Amino acid sequence: MPLFNVGDTVRIKNSHPPGHRRTPFYVRGKTGVIERYCGDFKNPEELAYGFDGTPKRELYRVRIAQTDLWENYDGPAGDTLDLEIYDHWLEKAEG
Amino acid sequence: MSTDDRGTHDHDHDHEHPGTTPDVNETGYYELMAEAMKELLIEKGVVSADDVRRNLEFLDSRDPVDGGRVIAKAWTDPDFKKRLLEDGTAAVGEMGLTMGDAELVVVENTDDVHNMIVCTLCSCYPRTLLGLPPDWYKSKSYRSRAVVEPRAVLREFGTEVPDDMTVRVHDSNADMRYLVLPKQPEGTEDWPAEKLAEIVSRDAMVGVVLPEA
Repeated sequence: MPLFNVGDTVRIKNSHPPGHRRTPFYVRGKTGVIERYCGDFKNPEELAYGFDGTPKRELYRVRIAQTDLWENYDGPAGDTLDLEIYDHWLEKAEG
Repeated sequence: MSTDDRGTHDHDHDHEHPGTTPDVNETGYYELMAEAMKELLIEKGVVSADDVRRNLEFLDSRDPVDGGRVIAKAWTDPDFKKRLLEDGTAAVGEMGLTMGDAELVVVENTDDVHNMIVCTLCSCYPRTLLGLPPDWYKSKSYRSRAVVEPRAVLREFGTEVPDDMTVRVHDSNADMRYLVLPKQPEGTEDWPAEKLAEIVSRDAMVGVVLPEA
């Protein structure tokens, strides 16, 4: 049962734990919208250290406005960046 | 520095000149680590040397021809296109193509949207459909600039996206792999799929250029 729905506004946690992480620094703390649910996958943050990757994590594609990512973005306001974020990096935000 | 002063300046060489990289390099730290890991995995019986060789052989045998076939089929078969956009992995599976351990997301270029693909964390790429990624795709320059100034990067590839269109960058940072479904060039409506497949370039499926008839 997906934790988030398509269209939900979410914030990517601004967290900096050490180790192998798949959440790029440039999106941490940024707000976007769930574009799709990709299914659940073994957690690469665990797999990287020889653990079995369970519990699986839900993976979402999050769409972020470029102008929200970069203060000086010089393209049109509609341009977006989509990327994949595991559920434990996401929290609901005000839409 | 202009190119004509190569070899004529007299400072110490703590940099390399273009085209003068020696053929033989010291084995790097990560190469050694990878080799050591491979030896250990083989020694412990996790994989065999033949497994490694066969996997390399499979990846080396892939090239953008398969991706081009997928796009041409989508252009000529609306039902297939629908399935491809809904579940890329299953749709390419119908053509006997595999995504390996990853899932395929196909993103469609339209009159309003231009898509481009990058992997900022490493070099994730739909290798089973396109073969090994080009060097520029793996470069730090492309990986960082594609997300910060995609339109400038596209211009450097000769692709001008008008301001009334959305540029949508896809960072393949986890379990999905991406393929751009370009717009079919005008005037090719009557072409058979085999001929269409030939005009779909690797770079068009990464979304940095547009296919031309």
